[in-house]
Amino acid sequence: MHNVVTIFRREFASYFATPLAFVFIVIFLVLAGLFAFYIGGFYERGQADLAPFFAYHPWLYLFLIPAISMRLWAEERKSGTIELLMTLPVTLWQAVLGKYLAAWAFAGVALALTFPMWITVNYLGDPDNGTILAAYIGSFLTAGGFLAIGVCISAATRNQVIAFIFTVAICFAFLLAGFALVLSLFEGWAPQPIIDAIASLSFLTHFNSISKGVIDLRDLLYFATVIAAWLVANAIVLELKKAD
Amino acid sequence: MIEISHLTKSYGPLLAVNDISFTVKPGEVLGFLGPNGAGKSTTMKMITGFLTPTSGSVRVCGYDVESQPILAKACMGYLPEGAPSYGEMTVRAFLNFIADIRGLKGDARKRRLDDVIERLQLATVLEQAIETLSKGFKRRVGLAQALLHDPQVLILDEPTDGLDPNQKHQVRTLISEMSKDKIIVISTHILEEVDAVCNRAIIIAGGRLLADDTPQNLARRSPTGRLDEVFREITTGQPVAPQKVAANA
Repeated sequence: MHNVVTIFRREFASYFATPLAFVFIVIFLVLAGLFAFYIGGFYERGQADLAPFFAYHPWLYLFLIPAISMRLWAEERKSGTIELLMTLPVTLWQAVLGKYLAAWAFAGVALALTFPMWITVNYLGDPDNGTILAAYIGSFLTAGGFLAIGVCISAATRNQVIAFIFTVAICFAFLLAGFALVLSLFEGWAPQPIIDAIASLSFLTHFNSISKGVIDLRDLLYFATVIAAWLVANAIVLELKKAD
Repeated sequence: MIEISHLTKSYGPLLAVNDISFTVKPGEVLGFLGPNGAGKSTTMKMITGFLTPTSGSVRVCGYDVESQPILAKACMGYLPEGAPSYGEMTVRAFLNFIADIRGLKGDARKRRLDDVIERLQLATVLEQAIETLSKGFKRRVGLAQALLHDPQVLILDEPTDGLDPNQKHQVRTLISEMSKDKIIVISTHILEEVDAVCNRAIIIAGGRLLADDTPQNLARRSPTGRLDEVFREITTGQPVAPQKVAANA
């Protein structure tokens, strides 16, 4: 545990040692605001809630989360620090968890900095703050799911651009798993239970149900499973490919 | 102690390291010699637990590197090839990170940090980001990282590469100072370095161990007593005629 915390702290600080943190947070806040006000019609709806704000989070994450995750292992591999890290007395799991949690915490900081939206809506009306809290949790879990996919892909290559593109593609498939675009690839040849299983993998379905204010154990379990599965895959990929 | 037995690493049909066995005892400074691509770095990566051997085993300080990796890694200091470190960190933050991972605390931590900072003359660059440093300083930061927990076993992959002649001399002096009760393995292709710091030399080429002796005994194998000629003879497998010095040169 002590090593996870040490790696977490080093990794988390490294975001703020470069302009990356600043650029990411500013772009995220500007885009989240733009989407909520111009596309979501935050004012025009005349309702005191943050639904038009949260509705676009998965789409923002689709491009912004891979930008954080692409460097996580690809950079360690490229600069050779992976050899340093893996020959220190830490286990593979401590390294995987420390790095992943740091990235997730960083995404959490960006998300938390959207608090002026929450203040605004409370100033303008009388929203259901329970629903808003649930939507924040849903948004944070979605970011965590995308990040888990991203770190695994990042471990598989030393090229950050390739990591970015693959992560976007896989996150897109996960996001839309419940929609005709993805399901039509399987319809006609795959049996119905498999199609149902794929449909239930959709990030969007689970995110939407949480952001309506209902924190269902099944949705939490879904995100926990997705994150755990991709982190296990991350550890396996690293073990197999760490020296490549 | 480092005990290596029948160590082999293959990448598909390519045998990078082919059935190497040797033992290193405290007080020995072992020079690992070989042409580029001989398997020096691969062997070091297996000793330090970064690479998993295809077959064979490595024991360091009595711990099997494959089955007890954390204990084995804790008693080793390792400078990987090219001295990688986290470029965006300052030297101080980087050394503190290593001290945390190595579990150094309190007085001992402060003493060890002061010691490596002084030995490697890093005091003037402590607050600088590592990526802004010269090659020589980067290498010294890498060495400081390896020495920080005062390990029993030091594995240094080309520790003087990229250093200027004065810095090379300093690092060699440092290695000699530490050699009394430690096990030090250095890889190099600078033969004068072997003469200067090592009391044992192993020559490998094509993944095979070809010679294991003191540098003095190795040099005696050549009629001219020159280590570089012995090295060429052993690694190319052809007898090398002593170089004739042109009279008018």
